[in-house]
Amino acid sequence: MISLTINGKTHELDVDPDTPLLWALRDELNMTGTKLGCGMALCGACTVHMNGSPIRSCSLPISAAAGAKIETIEGINSPAFQAVQQAWRELDVVQCGYCQSGQIMSATALLQGNKKPTDAQIDAAMSGNLCRCATYQRIRGAIHQAADKLGGKA
Amino acid sequence: MNFLKRQTIHAQQHNEPSALSRRNFLQAVGLGGGLLIGSGFVAGSAQVFAADTTSADASGDVPFFNAFVKISPDNKVTIVVKHLDMGQGVSTGLTALVAEELDASWEQMDWEFAPADASRYNNLFWGPAQGTGGSSSIANSWMQLRQTGAAAREMLVAAAAAEWKVPASEIQVKNGVISHGKRTSTFGALAAKAAALPVPQKPVVKDPKDFQLIGKTIPRKDSFEKTNGTAIYTQDIQLPGMLTALVVYPPQLFGKVKKVDAAKAKAAPGVVAVVEFPRGVAVVAESFWAAQKARKLVQVEWDLSACETRSSDELFKACHDAANKTGAVIKTAGDATATLAKADGVISAQYELPYLAHAAIEPLNCVVKAEKNSCELWYACQMPTVDQQQVAAATGVKPEQVNIHTLYAGGSFGRRACPSDYVVDAANIAKQIPGRAVKMVWTREDEILNGRYRPMAVHHLRGAVSADGKALAWQHHAVAQAILRGTPFEAMIQGPVDSTVAEGIDDMHYAIPNLQVQATEIPIKVSTLWWRSVGHSGNAFVVETFIDQLAKAAKKDPVIFRRELLASEPRALGVLNLAAQKSDWNKKLPEGVSRGIAVHKSFGTWVAQVAEVRVNSDNSFKVERVVCAVDCGVAVNPDVIRAQMEGGIGMGLSAALGEAITLKNGVVEQTNYHSYPLLRIDAMPKVEVHIVPSAETPSGVGEPGLPPVAGAVANALFAATGTPRTRLPLGTKV
Repeated sequence: MISLTINGKTHELDVDPDTPLLWALRDELNMTGTKLGCGMALCGACTVHMNGSPIRSCSLPISAAAGAKIETIEGINSPAFQAVQQAWRELDVVQCGYCQSGQIMSATALLQGNKKPTDAQIDAAMSGNLCRCATYQRIRGAIHQAADKLGGKA
Repeated sequence: MNFLKRQTIHAQQHNEPSALSRRNFLQAVGLGGGLLIGSGFVAGSAQVFAADTTSADASGDVPFFNAFVKISPDNKVTIVVKHLDMGQGVSTGLTALVAEELDASWEQMDWEFAPADASRYNNLFWGPAQGTGGSSSIANSWMQLRQTGAAAREMLVAAAAAEWKVPASEIQVKNGVISHGKRTSTFGALAAKAAALPVPQKPVVKDPKDFQLIGKTIPRKDSFEKTNGTAIYTQDIQLPGMLTALVVYPPQLFGKVKKVDAAKAKAAPGVVAVVEFPRGVAVVAESFWAAQKARKLVQVEWDLSACETRSSDELFKACHDAANKTGAVIKTAGDATATLAKADGVISAQYELPYLAHAAIEPLNCVVKAEKNSCELWYACQMPTVDQQQVAAATGVKPEQVNIHTLYAGGSFGRRACPSDYVVDAANIAKQIPGRAVKMVWTREDEILNGRYRPMAVHHLRGAVSADGKALAWQHHAVAQAILRGTPFEAMIQGPVDSTVAEGIDDMHYAIPNLQVQATEIPIKVSTLWWRSVGHSGNAFVVETFIDQLAKAAKKDPVIFRRELLASEPRALGVLNLAAQKSDWNKKLPEGVSRGIAVHKSFGTWVAQVAEVRVNSDNSFKVERVVCAVDCGVAVNPDVIRAQMEGGIGMGLSAALGEAITLKNGVVEQTNYHSYPLLRIDAMPKVEVHIVPSAETPSGVGEPGLPPVAGAVANALFAATGTPRTRLPLGTKV
């Protein structure tokens, strides 16, 4: 049994300790907002927060997540997340949308740590998240808009 | 993709499906004439309104006004969307066409994907086949859905007139409210009565000057659920008792199973079955991770005798050898051969374009539940009619017993429109475990290694300009692997060469007085497929960079040189001039920055792009800005058009800078995003999109934004260095 704390709730899971966090979320807990993209931490579609930092859940065994505070797209609700989500909607960032949970989680982590990122800081923080639809310009715009809205409250 | 390209263009010109496309399509997918009787909705005719009036939704009492519109008592209007939404925004765009004519409020509009039923939901450009591609969704639906909305509106008005005992002509509908004087009603309150009325046979659509939604920025209907993790993709389907299947595929296409040892895999925890099927061996387990671990335990001996053995350099050499011979002449003007024989300063160029993978972030997947007399599928289905046929053939049920639930696609770029491929694999696996839903999941490695690639290509060109700086001659030989040949779509090939080889060249819009275009198909045992904009994706690069070489020889500015050659193409001139103006083409750039332009038409839409590229002191370069002008006829939803241009530019730039599938001894060398790198945010330029105002019938925008960008960037590098670029990808250095 491994105990995971996800979105403030504790779950006891009877699965292999080498199971990636992504598959514990998706197949065991039916939390499918976090996506499979590459399985090698190369694309960021599986990004969740562990203790407030963005991590790639496809490559993190649940044994390494035990005891940590995990947040996913389904449960995160910080002011930074709300501002990011709202900006994403106002700018209609999404196209196919598949990578966007991961993009939003990475953007939220950025704004939680940096209240007024520059384009270069956005590019650095977001370069681990691929978008084949290339919504990158709107992602940049939405992060700036969210930062403006937060006005230093992230 | 340009599935049925010629027919699509024909249909776009005449706003009707072509008989030829229908016949070819029937041959192509092996349909007899009897299966799809009752199909044949024709835009502009009343037939569309004859189907399914007043039938009820299976889930309740929501009346259908026709095959596309349901209005429920709670005032929600639901549009049945017959095309796959893979990010291009058709769920919003098609819904807007109906909402416009219905005079609904945008907030009350909802939508759902259509079932697989070509008798009601066929693509009007494809005859009796349902499917999405060729940037045709808005174009083929334009009149159909407007008339559908107008008919439903007339029915609501007639119901109000009867209820209020006033003339229908005195009733107004605005923003979802039906009114006469002080009396008002919602749509929902009148829906049941209205749906029982006769369907108008000649509904009158709006004068475009009265449009309330079309041409305005219409918020996407899918943004909400795609920003909170609740949008459901194939990967997210969870059904009672569902199993997950991962496949051991041969290392190469056309490899066959010789011998399997699955004992260890079968004994692994969570494994339910290990099954063989024509293309591989599937491990079926209780979860993804159980299947993934057990898959590594399967030992397969492969028969690879039918597989490709050559490496990329040998394949390019074979293409060059073919290009040195004479190909099929597919376009001629004047006499290019004789003109070049006596011309001074003939310019020659040899181009090489690589295979490309689709690499959508959602790896391919499909959920199938096979029973004795039915087969139910859940996935992002791009070609329902073809998939129904293929799944029926694989599982032994009738095509109409194949029930498809279409879901969002996590990208496609052409990849999900592929017969005899992943959907059939999933069906072949699931039929061996009848009665249980099986989700076949590909990993990234499966997706790259079992890709259906954009074909590699070689082009040989010779050209010349006159002493007074005018284009004189252009001789072009395009050599590429076919896409349709050897597939169920082979019957669509008209003429000697698969039209995808030279598309975008075979309709050369530059007025070259002596022109010859040759094309040759080269057989390679690698599977190819339409990849966003198909042949245009590479051919525009070739044409647009060679035009710049001619412009330089003519000592002319690239914009002026193009303008002269496009004098009789007003829409081409429109985008060329708009892009030049908005990019301040004539203004001097800062030190180290150069610019290049490219213009291309695909799928009926004209696009011009100016790329600004900074060359650094270490010879690395960065694309900083792309100014894009697009003419796609009436701009139904300008913000989605901008988004598609931005996305097409980003994907085109991704391929232009760094993407290539290469082969070593016939085996694909790339496996995941480390070896097949996609554009990341730090390489995304600032993109500005300008839409040419137009009253023409709308054409597509999903693909046409992609083709010009590689040429525009290469031309900027040519301007910076004086050395023409003739190979893709361009890499990171000048």
